[in-house]
Amino acid sequence: MESALLLEKTILVVAVFAITLFIAMYSTLVERKVAGFMQARFGPDRAGPFGLLQPLADGGKFFFKEEIIPAGAHKALFIAGPTIAMFTACISSAVIPWGQELTIGDRVITLQVADINVGVLYIFGVVALGVYGIMIGGWASNNKYALMGAVRAASQSISYEIGMGLSLIALLMVTGTLSLKEIVAQQEGFVNWNIWVQPLGFLIFIVCAFAECNRVPFDLAECETELIGGYNVEYSSMKLAFYMFAEYINMFVSSSLMAALYFGGYNFPFMYDLGLSQNWITIIGVLVFFAKILAFIFFFMWIRWTVPRFRYDQLMRLGWKILIPLAVANIVLTGIVTIVKDTYF
Amino acid sequence: MSIFYFVAFLSIFFALMTIFAKNPVHSVLYLVITFFTFTIHYILLNAQFLAIVNFIVYMGAIMVLFLFVLMLLNLNKDTEPLKSNLVKVMGVIAGMCLLVTLAGSFRVLQATGVDIVENTEIGLVGNLGKVLFSEFLLPFEISSILLLTAMVGAVLLAKNDPKNA
Amino acid sequence: MQSLSNRKKVLEQKPMNFWERMYLPAIARGLSITIKYFFQPKATYKYPEVQRPYSKNFRGQHSLKRDEEGRERCTACGLCALSCPAEAITMISAERQKGEEHLYREEKYAAVYEINMLRCIFCGLCEEACPKEAIFLDGSHVPPEQLRKDFIYGKDKLVEPRFDYKKEQETIA
Repeated sequence: MESALLLEKTILVVAVFAITLFIAMYSTLVERKVAGFMQARFGPDRAGPFGLLQPLADGGKFFFKEEIIPAGAHKALFIAGPTIAMFTACISSAVIPWGQELTIGDRVITLQVADINVGVLYIFGVVALGVYGIMIGGWASNNKYALMGAVRAASQSISYEIGMGLSLIALLMVTGTLSLKEIVAQQEGFVNWNIWVQPLGFLIFIVCAFAECNRVPFDLAECETELIGGYNVEYSSMKLAFYMFAEYINMFVSSSLMAALYFGGYNFPFMYDLGLSQNWITIIGVLVFFAKILAFIFFFMWIRWTVPRFRYDQLMRLGWKILIPLAVANIVLTGIVTIVKDTYF
Repeated sequence: MSIFYFVAFLSIFFALMTIFAKNPVHSVLYLVITFFTFTIHYILLNAQFLAIVNFIVYMGAIMVLFLFVLMLLNLNKDTEPLKSNLVKVMGVIAGMCLLVTLAGSFRVLQATGVDIVENTEIGLVGNLGKVLFSEFLLPFEISSILLLTAMVGAVLLAKNDPKNA
Repeated sequence: MQSLSNRKKVLEQKPMNFWERMYLPAIARGLSITIKYFFQPKATYKYPEVQRPYSKNFRGQHSLKRDEEGRERCTACGLCALSCPAEAITMISAERQKGEEHLYREEKYAAVYEINMLRCIFCGLCEEACPKEAIFLDGSHVPPEQLRKDFIYGKDKLVEPRFDYKKEQETIA
């Protein structure tokens, strides 16, 4: 029994890893395709049909590029930077519930790697840790632009973590649990999705998610025009690829988090009215979940090719003076509504 | 138990490395690892909430700020001020005094015997919340007011005096 | 400062109202614009497979024409070189010998005719100056080369291939 559980979890972990890496890999192609389509051109279409082999070509190129470690760099930390970035990006997907139970024979398999009862906080902590990769890499490069990027990443991540945490507190007041599995299970069907009760919280959360992922319009840590690439200026070869990959994995994880927290995760409308067996509901649920995630990833890219980058003071003003008060107001509002609902209805 | 000893060894090792590291940035990074081992200790004690809060607040926020400040300060070997021998001797004496005080207080505490917590589930979020908001409501609120005071003070310090600006 | 011309327009910048300061409507409008472009047909030509048609009055690489019997029309008068604003054209003339009537139409012809494609600005003045209708800019783009000397086109590249007009007429008939 114990070994069966171990085997089952191992398969799940490997599958989640493979899917995460696959989606991150193809996000790079989709990003360029979306960029092209929004600028009235095609994007890469030479490697394979529709450019589908482009990520492989890019990967091969990254592998064969020369690895440069600058003379003044701190070697151990220089290597540790991208490693930490990649590691923290990968482990954050452990608590996301990908689907309900699958029943094979008489075994019930839960499609979640680990259901810890502080799941939301776990992701929050790992995301907070992710900035170390950027900071250490930027500092170890011994380059002023890299250092500026690292410092910006640190202050930005800390500022927006507060807004993100406060917007999550309002959500947790509604759900009453920190376990992601229970949060998703509560949002059965369509009308129970948390987005209907927490629209303002979701807005704050998505803005903070953009900032935490270092995506446009908050990519101040790596803006080309000011910092010629920011924290990854001195990086080349696979180490640079790790940084870029970590960014796309972060994007995937925060998309799945938004889908799970606010958009019902694997739940879809009329899921129990169609007369399907539990296994079919689970399988369709997983597909629906991935469709939601991909929609969010598309939204990330859509925003990237629409909104220009914020100036640094604007970034800080938005974070501290607008999002945090809004999030606090949202908490108070949620509390009032909860009390009124409990006493009068 | 062996896990505990291993993790405890790691925490002490990295805590010592924090002190002995020459480079301040390395020192902070060792401190981060020390906090990480504390998180593991909390998990071993089944205090999940405390573990994750330690993880988020200390590792994720406070140490990032430490690192942030150190990176901006640009501390090198040649900017380090020379400490006179007198300061070193005073430091040793102060350290010894602290050690003696700590050892004495532990001896006093030891007499009451080891407390055994009956409820091992106390560290989980729900139970902790219930205890904090019923039994310990007053201390909890007072400590939150203390934090608020600190925050207001920090904002006041950081704010420019309009007359000087 | 007082305006002298009295044509100065004072630009009025009103402070943004609450709706505008929220940025969200503006972002939504921006998103609608980009998604519109996402579904629009693309302006790109997939080059090697699909080639973009040239405009009707496109001026490309020069060609030196032949007449109906396949003789070179150029008489090396030098008017094209004279008219050229970029000084791109040089030539050396020669006299037609006996037995060369089937090669050159006029009694004088260009033994060497060179156009420096790096200097040429494709203005078409040589085409207009030519009294013998011998030069036209009706080719395609000048292809890239590795060396500068390769951009100096001689008669081997400029004269259009021999085309026997009479024989063609017969085969059509």
